[in-house]
Amino acid sequence: MQINKLQVEAIKCGSVIDHIPSQIGFKLLSLFRFTETEKRITIGLNLPSKKLGKKDIIKIENTFLSGDQINQLAIYSPCATVNYIDEYNLVGKIFPTLPRKIDRILICPNGNCISHNNCINSSFIFIKKPNNNMNLKCKYCEKEFSKNIVLS
Amino acid sequence: MRNSLYKKNIISINDLKRDELELVLKKSAILKKKSAPDLLKNKIIASCFFEASTRTRLSFETAIYRLGASIIGFSDGNNISLSKKGETLADTISVISSYVDAIIIRHPQEGSARLAAEFSNNVPIFNAGDGSNQHPTQTLLDLFTIQETQNRLNNLNIAMVGDLKYGRTVHSLTQALAKYKKNKFFFISPDVLTMPNYINNMLLERGISYRRCQHIEEVISEIDILYMTRVQKERLESTEYANAKSKFILSTKSLKNARSNLKILHPLPRIDEIDHDVDYTPYAWYFKQAANGIYARQAILSLVLIENHF
Repeated sequence: MQINKLQVEAIKCGSVIDHIPSQIGFKLLSLFRFTETEKRITIGLNLPSKKLGKKDIIKIENTFLSGDQINQLAIYSPCATVNYIDEYNLVGKIFPTLPRKIDRILICPNGNCISHNNCINSSFIFIKKPNNNMNLKCKYCEKEFSKNIVLS
Repeated sequence: MRNSLYKKNIISINDLKRDELELVLKKSAILKKKSAPDLLKNKIIASCFFEASTRTRLSFETAIYRLGASIIGFSDGNNISLSKKGETLADTISVISSYVDAIIIRHPQEGSARLAAEFSNNVPIFNAGDGSNQHPTQTLLDLFTIQETQNRLNNLNIAMVGDLKYGRTVHSLTQALAKYKKNKFFFISPDVLTMPNYINNMLLERGISYRRCQHIEEVISEIDILYMTRVQKERLESTEYANAKSKFILSTKSLKNARSNLKILHPLPRIDEIDHDVDYTPYAWYFKQAANGIYARQAILSLVLIENHF
C-alpha cells in the first residue's frame, strides 16, 4: 500500500519554498527575515527528496514572495522552487535565477566597511569570474570576495 | 565639450570613464596655466574630515579658495559635536547637505563616501579618502602628473613599490591606468604586502601585462614611472621590516641605469623609503606631484559644480 502523506501540512494560500538543500532551511529563515512576519510559517527539515536525497521546505501563509526575494534564494539554494498556492491549488511555480545584485541579506566580510555600523542595508553585485566562479563585490567598500567567503 | 561630470559624485576612480578622466586632465592643465578665481564665486563647500589628513585637506582648501568659493567644515572628526553625540554619518551628511553646494568627505571607514552620496540630497560628494578604499582626487593628480611628464598615459612602463596590499593610491592608479592601452606594470613589494588579487585579476582579464619583482634595480632601466609608497612599519614583523627596508629604499645608486624620462612619484608623506639625495636628481617629481593636487582638485570641483565653462 502506497502512503501519500504530506510531510508538512498543506497551506491554503501563500508561498512554499521547496527543494531547499538540507541544513539550509533555518539559514534562509533568518537571512531572509521570514520570521519577522506575523504570518504562520511551517518548516520541514531533512525530508526525503528524490532530487536531493534530503531537503528542507518552508511554507509561509498568505505571503507571496517578490521576484527579487525569489531570485536571492538562488544564492543559497540554487535548486529551490517557489510555489504559489491559492485555495490549496498550485497557481504558480517559479525557479529562482541568480540576481545581478543582492541587497540586505549578506554581511560584508570587510570589518572596516561602513555597511556594518550605520543602519544601512548591505548591497553586493555578482561578478562572473573565469571557470564559472562567482565573486561578490560590496557596493560600499568596493572589495570583491569569493562567493564562499561572503556566504559562510 | 559636454561636461558629463556636472553634478556627479566623485566617489571612486572606477566610476569615471576615460573621457571623463581626460576632461579633468584638460581642465587641470588650463587651470595650471591660468587661475580662475571667479569660477566658484558664491559657492559654499563643506570640508568634512572625520580623520586627519593635512595634505589632502589643505590641498582641497587651497583649490577652493583659488576658485573663489567659501569653506565650512571641520578637520578632526573626534572633536565635533556630531560624533560626540553619536549621530550617524547618514544624518550628519543629510544636515550638512542643506547648507552647502558640495561636500568633501574624508572618513576612516571604507564605503563612507558612497554612503554619504545616498544621503546628500543630490549635493555632490567628493571622496577625499575612505579608509583603504578610494582616494580618487589623488589618482587624478597622479594621472595629471604622469601625463605632464611623459606626454601620454598609454604605452608606459610603471613600477609600483612598497605597500601594495593596503596602499589605496597604487590600487586606484593601476585601475585608472588600466583604462589606457599598452601600459605595463611592475609590482615590487615584500611578500606580505603584495598587490591584492582583485587588482591582479582585473589586469589579467584585460590582458594587461604585469610582473612581480624583488628589487627596484631589476626594472629601473625599463620604466618611465617609479611610484614609491611607504612600507608601513606597523604592518610588518620587526625582522620582516628590517629586510624590506633595505630592499625598498630608493637611493641615487638605484637610479644608475634609469631612463632619462624617468619620474619618481610618491603620494607622500615620505618617511625613509626615498633617500634625501634623490630629491636633487632630475627624476624626483613628488613635490611637483603634490603641487599638482591643487590643479586637479580645482578642475574636478569646477567641473562638478559648473556645467559650462570651457
